[in-house]
Amino acid sequence: MIAPDWFREDRLPHIYCTGCGNGTVLNCTLAAVEEMGWERSETAFISGIGCSSRAPGYILADSLHTTHGRALAFATGVKMAKPDLNVVVFTGDGDLAAIGGNHFIHACRRNVDMTVVCMNNQIYGMTGGQGSPTTPLGAISTTTPYGASEPAFDLAELAVAAGANYVARWTSYHVKELTRAVTTGMQTPGLAFIEVRTQCPTNYGRHNKLRSVPAMIEHLRSHAMLVEKRDRLAREGRPIPEGTFTVGELVRRNRPAMGVKQ
Amino acid sequence: MQGNAACAEGALAAGCRFFGGYPITPSTEIAETMARRLPKMGGVFISMEDELASIAAVIGAAWTGARAMTATSGPGFSLMMENIGYAAMTETPCVIVNVQRGGPSTGQPTRAAQGDMLQCRFGSHGDYSIIALTPNSVQEMFDLTVKAFDLADRFRVPTFLMADEIVGHMRERVTIPDAVDVTSRRPLAEGCLPFEAGNDGVPGFAPFGLGRSVHVTGLTHDERGYPDTTDPGAHDRLVRRLVAKVESARRDIADYEVTNPDAETVFVTYGPPSRTVEQVMRDRPDDSIGHLRLRVVWPFPEFALQEFGNAKVFLMPELNMGQMVREVQRHVDQPVIPLEKIGGELHTPAELVRALEAHR
Amino acid sequence: MRHEVRFSGYGGQGIILSAVILGRAAALYDDKYAVQTQVYGPEARGGASMGQVVIDDAPILYPEVADPDIYVIMSQQGFEKYGVRARPDAVMVLDADLVRSRPACRHHEVPATAEAKENLGREIVANIVMIGALVAATGIVSREAIERAVLDSVPRGTEDLNLRALKRGFELGERACNL
Repeated sequence: MIAPDWFREDRLPHIYCTGCGNGTVLNCTLAAVEEMGWERSETAFISGIGCSSRAPGYILADSLHTTHGRALAFATGVKMAKPDLNVVVFTGDGDLAAIGGNHFIHACRRNVDMTVVCMNNQIYGMTGGQGSPTTPLGAISTTTPYGASEPAFDLAELAVAAGANYVARWTSYHVKELTRAVTTGMQTPGLAFIEVRTQCPTNYGRHNKLRSVPAMIEHLRSHAMLVEKRDRLAREGRPIPEGTFTVGELVRRNRPAMGVKQ
Repeated sequence: MQGNAACAEGALAAGCRFFGGYPITPSTEIAETMARRLPKMGGVFISMEDELASIAAVIGAAWTGARAMTATSGPGFSLMMENIGYAAMTETPCVIVNVQRGGPSTGQPTRAAQGDMLQCRFGSHGDYSIIALTPNSVQEMFDLTVKAFDLADRFRVPTFLMADEIVGHMRERVTIPDAVDVTSRRPLAEGCLPFEAGNDGVPGFAPFGLGRSVHVTGLTHDERGYPDTTDPGAHDRLVRRLVAKVESARRDIADYEVTNPDAETVFVTYGPPSRTVEQVMRDRPDDSIGHLRLRVVWPFPEFALQEFGNAKVFLMPELNMGQMVREVQRHVDQPVIPLEKIGGELHTPAELVRALEAHR
Repeated sequence: MRHEVRFSGYGGQGIILSAVILGRAAALYDDKYAVQTQVYGPEARGGASMGQVVIDDAPILYPEVADPDIYVIMSQQGFEKYGVRARPDAVMVLDADLVRSRPACRHHEVPATAEAKENLGREIVANIVMIGALVAATGIVSREAIERAVLDSVPRGTEDLNLRALKRGFELGERACNL
């Protein structure tokens, strides 16, 4: 599962906290790259700002660590100018859905051929745990001390609505499924969006009664519902349990795409 | 040909093959020309969702090795400031055209101004240096766009063509050469680190896709490109080099014209007001009037002012409230008089004659 | 010798194109210098539209039109906004049916729009008729140069119509001068 050839060993140790889910997501993505058989000379990793966006700095390949929210706009320039490159974007919920929300929907609309992996920890981690657009209603953060009062974005559904050719959601618990989803996304021409619900024990768990890493991962596992099951419940008119979110493949389609390698 | 079209043709002649932009008056004809011409030349035109994204896409394209450009005006220019700083920090060669209009805010979309001269120099946060050129004719919209690409690549720095509505929209005869000279980016030598500078302070360039595994970050970084955000020395070395590579090449980058260096009353201009001064000097031939006309405003060529050894006063007609006056003032002992004009119209010859009589 | 020519009318008459054609004739085909500018903005699509050209034998330094010596006016509103202050020694060519007022300076009345509509069959070429009349009345550029500039600037398939309009303009210009 680990792809040691792709790590910049001279950059270790990394900055991620003990128990952080980002390393898992990075590993799964690199495993997918290995599975694709991509070469270092034909692959570029691009990111914005935040914990998630530090990932390219640990990968031995051309990498562009850009400004907050703008990773997809930079990636659009890279991919359109040089379609021969395989482009992978790492982003987070704050980076993608708040400051970068407009770039997100337009990148999905254009369907530029790239793979976007979003580490959604439901919090601004790097700045110390402020509420983000995906912080659940009622959750405690340093800027929602009385519980988040804003409804949250469903990033995967947003990507589906905006036109991405491939959309899937998994968690840092589902490493095999996640790796498979990233691989499928890489194989699908057009924009592939993979949302990964991941744990931030330091800044989310501590404030929300999920003090241990296993407790957080168990929480992700137990609240993840396969999209097929959710659909079945809905068909049968049965209630969908409170607090669950769908996982699985939400869309795989063939809308016209841009920047596809000839 | 219209000035904006000449700018686009200059970019194409210089080898620009990527344009990312967002429509904004009075720059839109540049995007329209690029949209028509680039696909037929194997290039890419993309209309981005805003100017934040436009400059981001341009920087991304530049890292694949492409010559890349965007064009905008005041409101879009303000949005670009964030990633202009990123381009400066990451030493990304790119060209940004600002066809200036009246500001602040939405201001006068269809009228000319030179109100962004300090913004182009200082608009993004932190210390950095850039290069800015100021055309005064349709021919120079072509020539200086070519030159902007040359300078951007040589110094690996965002380079600005600070045009305005007058030169953007006017039509004049323009001569387009069969080929133009543009220096290529110096490639990153084998065994060199990606941000290890040569004697000129400029590192070699390794575009994405060569297997050199270049890490590019807007964080303070070392010669390897790796973040090093807490060591004061690392930041000091990097930022001083970014500034010095441009500022220490001021004489090399400078481009200006001196008329009547022995004169006592000296106009200092850039962009269209220079043409009013030239008109005044043609109408009243008089050796006591001098003229320094800048084609490169940043880095500021202070040595050009020293060429006027007898100067008693400097007069500066600008289409703003005196933005460049202080830059001139800090290099000379003589009084520097702003001849400021805002509202969208160029100084008339009569206005400058009146100013001459009042200040000599 | 420096000439400043100002065109005005309402949006849709091809006022700015007229200025572009005149500048092109001077700069590309008569070996003179020309700078063309315009009032650019929403008013160009509704109210009074304005385009202008500086033409000179020497390189043009000050590029704007300060005080035109030649006017081509195709609407009453255009006259009021851009023509009414014409200096006494200026020359104005005006569309007699669309401009009610008359200036104090020398002027030539040309029924360009009526001619375009009734005899040429397309109102849209009225501006070309006016350009023809302007060239005949002032000699600001040569007839050969303006003809080539018109051919450069009009949509393919309309060359004959526009050439007929231009020549009709020459005749109307000559006639207006002889009055």
